[in-house]
Amino acid sequence: MPGSSRNLIRAGLKRLGVVFAVLWGAATIAFVAVKLIPGDPVSVLSGGENVVDAAERAVLTQQYGLDQPLYVQYARYVLNALTGDFGESYQYRQPVAELIYEAAGPTLQLAGSAIFIALILSLSIALATAGRRRGIAIAVSGIELVLLSTPVYWIGIVLLSVFSFRLQWFPVTGNAGFSALILPAIALSLPLAALLTQVLRDGLEEALLQPFSLTVRMRGVGETALRLRHGLRHAALAASTLTGTLFASTLGGSILTETVFGRSGIGQITLQAIKTRDMPLVLGLVMLSAFVFVIINLLVDALYLLIDPRLRRSAA
Amino acid sequence: MSSTELFDTVLRGRAAAGSRRRHPWLAPGLLLPLAAVIVLAFAVWMPQWFTAFDPDAIDTNAILEAPSGIHWFGTDELGRDLFSRIVYGTSQSLTIGIGATVIACFGGVILGTAAALSPKPISRLLLRVIDILLAFPEILLALLVIAVLGRGPLNTLLAVGLSSIAGYARLIRSQVLQVKLSGYVEHAVALGEHPWTIIIEHIVPNAARPLVILATIGVGASVLTASALSFLGLGVVPPAAEWGALLANGRNFIDIAPWTSLLPATVVAVSVISITLVARRLQTLLARGDA
Repeated sequence: MPGSSRNLIRAGLKRLGVVFAVLWGAATIAFVAVKLIPGDPVSVLSGGENVVDAAERAVLTQQYGLDQPLYVQYARYVLNALTGDFGESYQYRQPVAELIYEAAGPTLQLAGSAIFIALILSLSIALATAGRRRGIAIAVSGIELVLLSTPVYWIGIVLLSVFSFRLQWFPVTGNAGFSALILPAIALSLPLAALLTQVLRDGLEEALLQPFSLTVRMRGVGETALRLRHGLRHAALAASTLTGTLFASTLGGSILTETVFGRSGIGQITLQAIKTRDMPLVLGLVMLSAFVFVIINLLVDALYLLIDPRLRRSAA
Repeated sequence: MSSTELFDTVLRGRAAAGSRRRHPWLAPGLLLPLAAVIVLAFAVWMPQWFTAFDPDAIDTNAILEAPSGIHWFGTDELGRDLFSRIVYGTSQSLTIGIGATVIACFGGVILGTAAALSPKPISRLLLRVIDILLAFPEILLALLVIAVLGRGPLNTLLAVGLSSIAGYARLIRSQVLQVKLSGYVEHAVALGEHPWTIIIEHIVPNAARPLVILATIGVGASVLTASALSFLGLGVVPPAAEWGALLANGRNFIDIAPWTSLLPATVVAVSVISITLVARRLQTLLARGDA
């Protein structure tokens, strides 16, 4: 049907428009914030007040385009940002894109393993406890609530002092190898797992009360198969609406986790960038965060279609 | 945990699965956290009731002592009594938490109402702004505000408050859109009341109703974010006895004196959990009262 494919294309273009609007908005907010930062960027560049004389100052100012009027700086910044060019970091004297690329590895490892652990934990707990006896349900949801309100750094510090200092099972700080990844990944995963379990269990319990569950049971399908094959699909739909919050707590959590465990990564360069008022780097990091958010949301929308066939029919 | 996350969990309305107690107020799930909140209130009001030690008194004979009968929570690297530092730090931590929540609620009500009631192009723009702000982790927004304003207790309060406006704004916007359709608003319009009178006297008070409980939970979340900022070295700076600052300081001695970071962090955790539990309990009780 040509009409429906045109609709699909139109919907796709609309999505793309929203993506650009979000990125552009994020870039603008970050630019305004950075321009509001008091202090002279040249003194950040040169590593302190009064280190450079007027001539050097002029060179630096020109080199970083700081002599241009604000709207020129803004236009240049937005256009360059579109091509992934955020300029050179004041602090590290390296292209921002390069810095971010280098720092992204350890953070991706940390966030990826944390999300993996969280998924495994929450899936198994939700599948095992949904619709079971009240005692278990109350105990599990109590633990979830406590984990949700517990600071990530508290979990990190407890793990660190018990397993690294007391038992000496794991290295204390750093990025070296797999064993240095375990504790931070667990610390970051527990609050995520708590939130996910709550939603998954609610979704499962709701699905198990639906008429279709009765039909499936009547066909003689076992309880486990019912939960895995039918209930989980409905629960997953409910859980995928939470992706935004999950993403935010993973990214925010990594800043804290990296600090507790002394790991390098995106969180660490974010802190450095803000402490030293390294504007290009701050802008690049803000854009990175917005970009990841947008991409994840697009993926989730695609995932919806995969999970729920009804949506496929209405979209086509 | 971010406040958006809290809204999501709270708004899904996980009412307790029909506890059939005759006196719902006596449930241990309410009494324990309520007791903790009362203790917190007293720690703000009368910190000297809890401890004989001066929180800033340096004692070079008692450096990094483990918890004991004299120093309940041990001492820090200057021999200061950790328990009294935490007790005296309560007021600063809670002030930041409450102040930030007030700012977030105010900002949220204004932004959310504007996003719901403005003429179309403006309301769409505001909705986009809310969406974009929600795209960032709160801690990142708070860090940006700190980068602009600098560190310190007041700036921490502002940073935490401003960074959580968007979550409240989203809630208020959808509330306002609902309230706008209600009979009493229609009635007021029919009576020819001035639009601003309708907004201020009818729409906002009714739309802001669910804020009472959410803001209580928000105080816990704000205390958490503020302590995280201080822990990162970008909030309240030592020697202030704010909880996050104590924690950040303790992190330096975690290998030889783990209590200097563990105990302040535990106090933050217990306070936030208690505040959240009390608010949630109240929510279920109120919901049952309405029904």
